[in-house]
Amino acid sequence: MKIIKKAQAGSFESSDILILAENPEGVKGRVIQLNSIVEKQYGNMILKIVNNVLDKFEVADIHLVIHDKGALTPVIKARMETVLLRASNNQKGTMY
Amino acid sequence: MRQKRRTMLYIPGNNPAMLIHGGTYGADSLLLDLEDSVALEQKDSARILVKNVLKNINFYGAEVCVRINHLDTPFGMEDLKEIIPLKPDAIRYPKTETIDDLKRLVTVMEEIEDQHNISHDEIKIHIMIETALGVQNVFEIAKLCHRLDAITIGGQDLTADMNIKSTKDGSGIDLARKMIVMAAKANKIDAIDTVFVDIDDEEGLRRETEKSKNLGFTGKAVINPRQIDIVHEVYTPTEQEIRKAYKIYKEFKIKKKEGIGVFAVDGKMVDAPVVARAKYTLQLAHINLQEI
Repeated sequence: MKIIKKAQAGSFESSDILILAENPEGVKGRVIQLNSIVEKQYGNMILKIVNNVLDKFEVADIHLVIHDKGALTPVIKARMETVLLRASNNQKGTMY
Repeated sequence: MRQKRRTMLYIPGNNPAMLIHGGTYGADSLLLDLEDSVALEQKDSARILVKNVLKNINFYGAEVCVRINHLDTPFGMEDLKEIIPLKPDAIRYPKTETIDDLKRLVTVMEEIEDQHNISHDEIKIHIMIETALGVQNVFEIAKLCHRLDAITIGGQDLTADMNIKSTKDGSGIDLARKMIVMAAKANKIDAIDTVFVDIDDEEGLRRETEKSKNLGFTGKAVINPRQIDIVHEVYTPTEQEIRKAYKIYKEFKIKKKEGIGVFAVDGKMVDAPVVARAKYTLQLAHINLQEI
């Protein structure tokens, strides 16, 4: 999947996660900036989930800015899927 | 006995905190909403979130329904494609107005179910009646298909459709309430009353729920977890009611063996309808009739 535009998904609300995705020219590989209220305890786990979703959608080059407010795994997966579909212009059934 | 649906809690489909904790609030039924509580530009986000939550979150035995968008919108078809494979207990269809609306929903659901090897009777259908046209047609709609398991009145949309004020006494939608209950009862399915929007007015909620129960509604939709206990209290038989029902049913079993159909308990006549009400009360109280 190719990232062709800037997109975001999620929110700053408790139990949610806000993810911004883009692919600025020249960026190669995955650049992930994570900011989480539970970073010390779960930072590595969050990054693992994020990378698993990127693998699933075969995204090689991307810049992600992530603000986590204690989202559980299904929420992280959902917001990642949403932002990738939006950033690749593959979102369906929405006015986004 | 059918699953109890005393309360049906609305949970906005794009609200992770409420979705994750949905099963802990104690409602009999949860309504994960992809329709009115979700902004148009967040429909994809909510759909994907609800899909992931359905896959992974424990709802502790509560019935799980998903309210999709109408198939006339750009969102309804995608909702069904994503949600049906996850087999929620029921799909709730908004703004059902004609039998053609329901037929179309069933056809689309069956096509998706066939693609995923899901039988056609696994996922129930709940419909919402929330326009004057829907009320006019509710008797025809209610008998259309065996998958239809509950009818809900959407009070806010109905008052808007009728161009009347939404009042606390619900006088403007009184006829609609009664017609929907009759249509549901005639087809042995549940009737769920509309929400009570003033979250802080607990006595008002209690009064309205008592009215709903007396009209024949089997439960009430709620918009805040704080409303659950009040509705449950109204819909749960009191100890006195259970004791009375127990006495009637026990006497009925004795008289039945003697070939007597009509008898008296505490000086009051008991016949078949009284026994039926007693049975219903005992079932609501989870009392095994075989053990009486």
